[in-house]
Amino acid sequence: MLYREAGDFKTSYGKDSQTFPLKFDRWAYWLLLVVAFGVVPFFINDYWLNAVLLPFLIYAIAALGLNILSGYAGQISLGSGGFMAVGAYSCYKLMTSFPDVSIFFHVIISGLITAMVGLAFGLPSMRIKGFYLAVATLAAQFFLVWLFNKVPWFFNYSASGQISAPERTVLGYAVTGPLATAPAKYLFCLVFVLLLAWMARNLTRGSFGRKWMAIRDMDIAAEIIGVNPLSAKLSAFGISSFYIGISGALIFAVFLGAVDVNDTFSIQKSFLILFIVIIGGLGSILGSFIGAAFLVLMPVLLKNIMVGQLGWPSDLAAHFEFIIVGALIIVTLIIEPHGMAQVWRLTKQKLRLWPFPH
Amino acid sequence: MPDQLLFAIEVALNGLMTGVLYALVALGFVLIFKASGVFNYAQGVMALFAAMTLVGIQKGQVPFAHLINSIFGTDIHHFGWHVPSIIAIILTAGVMVLFAWIVERYILKHLVNQPEIILFMATIGLTYFMEGFGDLMWGADLKRLDVGLPQGINDMIDITTAEWFGYGFFIDNLDIVATIIAAILVAGLILFSQYTKQGRAMRAVADDHQAALSVGISLRFIWVLVWSLAGFVALVAGMMWGAKSGVQFSLSLIALKALPVLMLGGFTSIPGAIVGGLIIGVGEKLFEFSIGPLIGGATENWFAYVLALLFLVFRPQGLFGEKIIERV
Repeated sequence: MLYREAGDFKTSYGKDSQTFPLKFDRWAYWLLLVVAFGVVPFFINDYWLNAVLLPFLIYAIAALGLNILSGYAGQISLGSGGFMAVGAYSCYKLMTSFPDVSIFFHVIISGLITAMVGLAFGLPSMRIKGFYLAVATLAAQFFLVWLFNKVPWFFNYSASGQISAPERTVLGYAVTGPLATAPAKYLFCLVFVLLLAWMARNLTRGSFGRKWMAIRDMDIAAEIIGVNPLSAKLSAFGISSFYIGISGALIFAVFLGAVDVNDTFSIQKSFLILFIVIIGGLGSILGSFIGAAFLVLMPVLLKNIMVGQLGWPSDLAAHFEFIIVGALIIVTLIIEPHGMAQVWRLTKQKLRLWPFPH
Repeated sequence: MPDQLLFAIEVALNGLMTGVLYALVALGFVLIFKASGVFNYAQGVMALFAAMTLVGIQKGQVPFAHLINSIFGTDIHHFGWHVPSIIAIILTAGVMVLFAWIVERYILKHLVNQPEIILFMATIGLTYFMEGFGDLMWGADLKRLDVGLPQGINDMIDITTAEWFGYGFFIDNLDIVATIIAAILVAGLILFSQYTKQGRAMRAVADDHQAALSVGISLRFIWVLVWSLAGFVALVAGMMWGAKSGVQFSLSLIALKALPVLMLGGFTSIPGAIVGGLIIGVGEKLFEFSIGPLIGGATENWFAYVLALLFLVFRPQGLFGEKIIERV
């Protein structure tokens, strides 16, 4: 029938913890993958790539990372921009120092380096909680951005202080630099998104995820039932920073090609990622994607309507964008504090019982 | 006295003055946090909005002029009158009260009983909204704020110190005025919360929402009151900062300066906000003065945060914060 199972017929734990219990969902998932890998690359052009697809994919990775930390482990972080900068700069240093190694490994290693930095900044979470911690993570944001501004070694002593990505290839196709084609860039990011989302899903439903959620719900109680808060919190910080570092590396190498740390990795970026996570849904993998899609598409749409259709000046449209994003966050929190993912869950629940109310 | 030491003292004094301004912003945070448990990130943007409104009213700007002009193709900017400073300040205070009422009516009321972190995020949303709304209403250009506060070097101090030490201290008149106003404001707030009926009700709400409700205190009235007070503090802070460096977007970033002050002083303590502000103000100026040149300068952006972070590791509730007791 209509998007639901006929009853509860699960006979094994494997079946019970399936990601997509409905056959319809499984088919939709595989279909989505086929379209994403097999169809989109043939129709993609530079506008769609740079305005919609790349930001969506990259912010989705960052949102997954922050969701692990804030949504699953309950540690609010406002330092995502700083950690992205770590990913970008380590990717740059790796690319220029080891030109023969594949960029694929560079991106992953930059993620690992960011994870180390994340661990260091996660240490205070042992003592500090809640708001105090959220504000403390701002120390990472400001300190790291300052560091990349002031220490010339990080940007190879270039005069402008910017870093720009040299050309690197994967399987003979350029993915960074000016010659890279749209499909190559898109597929390169898509592979990372797929791998990381799969990893996030499996981490969060495994023992790691259960520990994180126990810590989130009440850390003292979790400690009493035997969850080690040190390892749980630090693993959340490390893994989350790994994701955010990879997204930073991709923003720099694939999406923008050249970045200035003050513009690209400012505190606004930290807030953007946080908003994606909130609007999408704290503690939901699907939510990270919905949130990213929403916050990437909405400005494009608003700009098209207000500048393109109504002919308003673009600064006016920018003001409206702020107003609408702000209002949306407030409205989302009032109507559904668990975000759009929760709306989706409720819809599914309703559909399962439909047409009966109870 | 050696020149270097004199110079350091001057830096420290200027740091104290800046610290007062930080404390002023932090004060707004503390007020709201104590009374409603909301960590109000929008305090900085409230200061910006208040300063913008003040300039707008003073100069007779037409609100939403840019929007109106774009839609109707008109070309209006000013009403063509100038409002005296004191009336403009009173009107702006009125606007901030209205703002407080709207926030209570349309946001806080619906978020009662939500976890604190949700409320915090709502205020970040409010920050974005106010940023866009303020720019839309009054325009995003840099404005000069002039409400008749004295500015420039204080000659008396300059000459006296030159006579005493052979080196004239540079201290801005505006900073001195700001310090005096901040002191009056703090004293007023303390008197208000200790000796008036509303002040007592405010402290009762801060202690325990439910108990306060059960003895007949209107929670919603207290919230409007507290947000209005915070709006008033924001107006004062916006006036000072605006007179110092012009009214523009970066004014809202003073919220980011006030956060480490809060962490240091404790979220719930008014004296903590003052002492924290002074420590951070002096600390960051002296650090920039002594260590800054060795490591590339511009350390002011992060020094306060790192200091507060290190401090919190040893004392998680801040200097004057209430001891955090957790129960399962």
